[in-house]
Amino acid sequence: MNEAKIYGINGPVVTVKNAPWFKVRETVCVGREQLIGEVIAIHGDSTVIQVYEETSGLTLGEPVVGAGEPMSVTLGPGLIGNIFDGIERPLKSIEEQSGAFISRGLRPDALDMEKVWEVKILAENGSRVSAGDIIAEVAENPLITQKIMIPPNVSGVLSDVVKSGGYTCRDVIAHVTDENGTVTDITLTQKWAIRTPRPYAEREAISRPLITGQRIIDILFPLAKGGTAAIPGGFGTGKTMTQHQLAKWSDADIIIYIGCGERGNEMTQVLEDFIGLVDPKSGQPLMNRTLLIANTSNMPVAAREASIYTGVTIAEYFRDMGYHVAIMADSTSRWAEALREISGRLEEMPAEEGFPAYLPSRLSEFYERAGYVKNLNGTEGSVSIIGAVSPQGGDFSEPVTQNTKRFIRCFWGLDKSLAYARHYPAINWITSYSEYAEELGDWYRENIDKDFESLRGKIIKILSEENSLMDIVKLIGSDILPEEQKLTLEIARVIRVGLLQQNAYNANDTYVPMKKQFEMLKVIARLEEKCRALVTGESIPVSEIAKTGVFDKVVRIKYDIENDKPEKFKEIYDLIDSIEGASL
Amino acid sequence: MSVKMQYTGIRDVSGSLVIIEGMDGAAYDEIIDITMSDGTHRTGRVIELNEEFAIVQVFDGTEGVSLDNASALPVGKPLTMPLSAEILGRRFDGIGRPADGLGAVYPETFSDINGKPINPVSREYPRSFIQTGISSIDGLATLIKGQKLPVFSGNGLPHDALAVQIAAQSNITEKDGSNFAIVFAAMGVTHDVANYFITSLTETGAIGHSVVFVNTSSDPVAERILTPRCALTAAEYLAFERNMHVLVILTDMTAYAEALREISSSKQEIPSRKGYPGYLYSDLASIYERAGMIKGCEGSITQIPILTMPNDDITHPIPDLTGYITEGQIVLSRELFQKGIYPPVSVLPSLSRLMKDGIGEKYTRADHPDVSNQLFSSYAAVQDIKSLASVIGEDELTEADKRLLEFGERFEREFINQGRDEDRGIGQTLDIAWELLRMLPKDKLDRISPELLDKMYDAE
Repeated sequence: MNEAKIYGINGPVVTVKNAPWFKVRETVCVGREQLIGEVIAIHGDSTVIQVYEETSGLTLGEPVVGAGEPMSVTLGPGLIGNIFDGIERPLKSIEEQSGAFISRGLRPDALDMEKVWEVKILAENGSRVSAGDIIAEVAENPLITQKIMIPPNVSGVLSDVVKSGGYTCRDVIAHVTDENGTVTDITLTQKWAIRTPRPYAEREAISRPLITGQRIIDILFPLAKGGTAAIPGGFGTGKTMTQHQLAKWSDADIIIYIGCGERGNEMTQVLEDFIGLVDPKSGQPLMNRTLLIANTSNMPVAAREASIYTGVTIAEYFRDMGYHVAIMADSTSRWAEALREISGRLEEMPAEEGFPAYLPSRLSEFYERAGYVKNLNGTEGSVSIIGAVSPQGGDFSEPVTQNTKRFIRCFWGLDKSLAYARHYPAINWITSYSEYAEELGDWYRENIDKDFESLRGKIIKILSEENSLMDIVKLIGSDILPEEQKLTLEIARVIRVGLLQQNAYNANDTYVPMKKQFEMLKVIARLEEKCRALVTGESIPVSEIAKTGVFDKVVRIKYDIENDKPEKFKEIYDLIDSIEGASL
Repeated sequence: MSVKMQYTGIRDVSGSLVIIEGMDGAAYDEIIDITMSDGTHRTGRVIELNEEFAIVQVFDGTEGVSLDNASALPVGKPLTMPLSAEILGRRFDGIGRPADGLGAVYPETFSDINGKPINPVSREYPRSFIQTGISSIDGLATLIKGQKLPVFSGNGLPHDALAVQIAAQSNITEKDGSNFAIVFAAMGVTHDVANYFITSLTETGAIGHSVVFVNTSSDPVAERILTPRCALTAAEYLAFERNMHVLVILTDMTAYAEALREISSSKQEIPSRKGYPGYLYSDLASIYERAGMIKGCEGSITQIPILTMPNDDITHPIPDLTGYITEGQIVLSRELFQKGIYPPVSVLPSLSRLMKDGIGEKYTRADHPDVSNQLFSSYAAVQDIKSLASVIGEDELTEADKRLLEFGERFEREFINQGRDEDRGIGQTLDIAWELLRMLPKDKLDRISPELLDKMYDAE
């Protein structure tokens, strides 16, 4: 095998000279400790490598050997419930090998190769198969069954198919012979290059929402299955908290949580919380549908750059089986900074704020891997991407936020002043938007209620009226406003506190089914109608209506009415209806 | 191991960097011993290396170095810190050399000062409440054992006094205190500030279980980059090898970041915001993430970095990036300071991310979460009324708004404000909170659960 020698070292960037055999994006082993790296550029006679591990102590002249293939991940049973670093090394195996602190040069298998899986064979000898076809199944846990698929780029006639039974990831379960006579071993696993999107048959139109149980999202700014969303916010505005809530409660089949350059304790928290929490749909521990990729802020920066590709590749693999996968990437800004750091070491010409000029194209490559697709095997699946953005100084005009906005269709802008008042989720209802709202209108009409859209419109109208009224109130106080406008302010308060604000620590409020969400919408609409009639028709001041306590009662619906007791809404309607002008 | 040779081919000297030609026997990040022609030694580190030259950062400065009066010898390892239990009670300079005249530490082990990342799988999620005796912190931005909670301050604000008070009053350990240690690192601070800390630690008797690292503003900039790393290496040793609960105080992180900028600029790196290098976030993270607890280990590292916000601007890259890494922040306010409030903790932007899991019935008191939420919400409302009052005048406010304003005033005077050695229990803190909340109408306390409200609001 060809061996090159280290010529220069600068942080995570290593160069070698006179090694024309290296290909761009090829995986390499660097130095005597065999650190994992990737060829990122070739300039004349020098080849530039980014190293995914700490380079401290490397010396000139140490060997660099190419692996001949691009940076890839291993896909197969054992992925779910696991936690990997940015290049798919399982952190539990690393802990076994090096203790509580991560050493370098470790290359544990991504998947447990010794574990015997109960494999149910679905295909027969002699049948013609092509890429994506499902030939076997492995029940990975009570929630997720992995489909064993013919890898992309393989097709032909199946032979030597084993019987259903127990096999490890090393065992060959079938052979595929193509028309040229080339024989391919089929095992429970396959490899795929992380920077290449996995193929699918065709993209389908967006038609179904990703229900999250979070009211401001499901009602005002819905995300579609196969859609993309960004959550930008300064520090302390609750990006991670929102991501955690979505990971816990959204109705995707599989959640891939990428902790990209964030805090170590946050990953520990996900690990601890998700084992204890139960998925509302299946009653199974949430960890049975979750996979974590952790490249915390103090782990090597190049692996941080790779981590989001590792995550999205695994997501596409499950999509190919017909699952709906949601990716939480926290935070894409740290990924962009990793790009910037590597770019700086390469002395590339920077564009805005030191970020490389190719930042937008890299961002779009990532977000474009989301989508609702028809798979090669005819099933339907989706990958949704929710990326947190950490703008410097909370300023949304910085390059990562601005460029992200071009490629996502759902924008949940977090607001500092809401967070200061501990209004969570601190999603600002004025600056946020969802382009999916219209496309999902049909789904909401058919599956929730025909009036959903009009009630939603009403809520938005009241909130935007409040927003313009607040400009006046800030100057002269609310006292001198006409009663009708006072009512708008009061109803807007009910919407903000009662509907949009949601308490992640309250058992009734942390996740709210669509049915109750819609009931809450209806109650608020009824309240508004009734009060409007009293205020305009019978000239009753808002303060009088407030004395009945009806506003506070509606605000407390979220706590007082359990998710499984919608019949309790009747009491509220009765209360609203009972307010009569004469009684005040 | 191969024989190391002396290199003499200095090509460039600029700032704290020297470029040495043909240094092909060195390793990246290796420590270099530089011998001057007068026989004195300086220490440096390889920060970039290729077959033509090596860039060496000289910790003691490059003053007096010429192209032909120095030679460099790679010492064969990255910078390590000699460690043993003897370091307690000792004082070191910015790169971990004894500075108290008591001679070298007899080492039990040597540790690389760059440390290694803690595996997220091995971390234990911090949940234990630390009572600091300071109401604004305990009640609203609770410190948790194993947390990294910085103080965002401004020049002239009493952040040093606050840090000393936290160090003196924190009940970080349940035992008799024999397994409690303080690691204090001063980076680029004045001699006065360093002395203030050392004197205060001596007065409270804490100096015996403290390890002090001092790099003052007149010490070399290159040294400053290593000071927090040395301090945290000592802290990791005490916490994870010696099972101690360690409180690390790092001050001033702004001076640290400026040193990083200075060196980055002399390396001619491409700057990002305000001239700071693009890797400022990763670099700060490599310091702040060295806090926490490890499963199966009794000890812990709790970090309180202090930084002064240039021009009191919280969006400046240093506080901004710090806030993204640390688990919350305690922000000090000049306005409160000028009102005579100590500690001048600006409540609304202050936050402890780990608080939610470390307070409540099991840890502090059942009413703590609701009470703190309500204080935040009501005090946020006070700010709106204040800005309204500044436009229309206080007299024009409604009665309810006037009451809220008075609540805000008393909240600052009675809850936030306290003595420099006043040590309040968490029960006392929450009782003061209730006394203030009773000023507000019961139906406006919408963050407190009705049961709790019924029980506590009418109680005396």
